[in-house]
Amino acid sequence: MSSPTPSMPAPEPTPAAESTSVATAATATAGTATATADATEAVVARGVERVFAGAKGAEVTALTGIELAVHDGEFVSLIGPSGCGKSTLLRLIADLDEPTAGEIRVFGKTAKQARIDQSYGIAFQQAGLLPWRSVAANIELPLQLHGADAATRRSRVAELLELVGLADFAKHYPDQLSGGMQQRVAIARSLAEQPRLLLMDEPFGALDEMTRERMQTELLRIRAETGAAVVFVTHSIPEAVYLSDRVVVMSPRPGRITDEIDVRLGDAADRGEDLREDAAFFAGVTAVREALHGPETAPAAGAARGVDVR
Amino acid sequence: MVWGVVGVLALAALWELYKLVGPADGWLVGAQEGVTGSGIRLLPRTSDQAMPHTWDMVARVIEPVTRAQGALPLGVVVLLAALTSLGVAALGWLVGVVVGFALALLMLGFRIAERAVLPFVILSQTVPLIALAPLIRNWGSRLEFGAFSWESWMSVVIIASYLAFFPVAVGALRGLQSPDAAHLDLMRSYAAGWWTTLFRLRLPASVPFLIPALRLAAANAVVGTVVAEISVGFTGGIGRLILETAVAASSDPAKPWAPILGAVLLGLVAAGFVALLAAFLSPFRRQETVA
Ligand SMILES: Nc1ncnc2c1ncn2[C@@H]1O[C@H](COP(=O)(O)OP(=O)(O)OP(=O)(O)O)[C@@H](O)[C@H]1O
Ligand SMILES: [Mg+2]
Repeated sequence: MSSPTPSMPAPEPTPAAESTSVATAATATAGTATATADATEAVVARGVERVFAGAKGAEVTALTGIELAVHDGEFVSLIGPSGCGKSTLLRLIADLDEPTAGEIRVFGKTAKQARIDQSYGIAFQQAGLLPWRSVAANIELPLQLHGADAATRRSRVAELLELVGLADFAKHYPDQLSGGMQQRVAIARSLAEQPRLLLMDEPFGALDEMTRERMQTELLRIRAETGAAVVFVTHSIPEAVYLSDRVVVMSPRPGRITDEIDVRLGDAADRGEDLREDAAFFAGVTAVREALHGPETAPAAGAARGVDVR
Repeated sequence: MVWGVVGVLALAALWELYKLVGPADGWLVGAQEGVTGSGIRLLPRTSDQAMPHTWDMVARVIEPVTRAQGALPLGVVVLLAALTSLGVAALGWLVGVVVGFALALLMLGFRIAERAVLPFVILSQTVPLIALAPLIRNWGSRLEFGAFSWESWMSVVIIASYLAFFPVAVGALRGLQSPDAAHLDLMRSYAAGWWTTLFRLRLPASVPFLIPALRLAAANAVVGTVVAEISVGFTGGIGRLILETAVAASSDPAKPWAPILGAVLLGLVAAGFVALLAAFLSPFRRQETVA
């Protein structure tokens, strides 16, 4: 694995990356050479396909020919119309589902091994907190499951509560929290084991616009502090542009990647609220819109201010 | 608690009111002249024989059971019998809960088991208790090894547990299967195994389904105990006492009501016990609200 470079923009994805990487042994086969290259990447998907068997033998091709590399420390958003396979791709990376063809590597390991090694943290659209556990106990769950001792757990939970701004709510139960607070607990839980990779499926989808923007800023801050790579599924163009280093545009029937747009508005650490007013931000929004809808339907950059922010 | 007392008083008042205004001989429809037992009785008789005054029933409770020397008050005899039955019912409930839960776990763990076992679990409840009691007593009496020999109360326990296990098996299975896909995905993402998922997710999630099942099981165990005592011939319990005092009803009409009330009390204690259990488990009954 490469040396951790928290909050630094990851290197450009170059097709040459594989060939320039140093093979460890002289006898290395092509396979081990790619494996070494993969190990420097957070996620690599090669020729991934997922076909669901539908009713009466009908088949749904949720994903086909997916080629994707997420570099260590990089923030990548998946965007596309409903049903284009964003959640499916995320679930494949998380090894909650298996591809029907192709392979997925997470930090050079198989997706399954990465899941067993707890290489990633995950957050879904619904917070998915356990209602009978307090906020602190919910955040603690992964630590508890993996046998961390009580003292470690307590201090880590306190740290995370601080991070997501819920220090005063440790003893509350999920049903006593607002949706945004629940979502923050879920994010804290996904960070509990300091994963180098965060998988998030529309985590702010159910939130109101104001909470959503605040959560986005918070996510950027958290991400800058942890230096983790993030794969982030969203429906919102501004959200994708604001958060990401790279936006991956997907298309349905069959689900596939149609475009990748580098946004990289600046260091995650100093991306402030005013960035949303920045010209570069609007340029990014326009670029993603054009990639999604084609250039004829996209408004000019100047008019992008009126874009639907959801 | 207050409303419970009010309810009992209201019931007693209703009893007395009907006794006051109802026809002494009840109301028969289509009775044939001179043929006893003919016709359909739409309203019960209100004579002291059929419906003794509530205060007579209460008074009877403190009087001795029989006129024999040194006989205990009826109330004490009833309480002792109820206590015996409570013990048997509790044991039956416990066995039923354990068996029901074990079946639910089996059905949860093996899809095939759910398909193979569940129909039989449901079918088992269609066998009438009356048919079952002699069978169980018969089988039990053949069991004998070493110092162990089958006692009639064991048959009662078996029958009570037979009635109690069903709601637990069905309720627990539903509860254990209740966690939604997102929670199961989460546990999978934590690489949690089957047992860890069971203890950390499925068991706590099953509590809201389990409480009503346990309550139903308790009611079934009590009814099963009372009925089984009669059909198995187990003496010392409340069921047997109901039968014995019913014989004395013609000369002592208030007497049979005491064990009936004892049986009701038995049911209340059982319900109270489950309520206590539910209060103990209340943290697991929180429902997640998505704001
Ligand atoms: N378990 C499944 N069984 C059958 N088909 C599925 C399953 N999961 C997803 N699909 C199909 O795969 C396709 C992609 O689904 P997916 O949930 O990945 O879309 P999505 O891009 O996340 O959509 P949304 O933005 O609405 O969340 C859809 O056509 C869906 O019907
Ligand atoms: Mg989705």
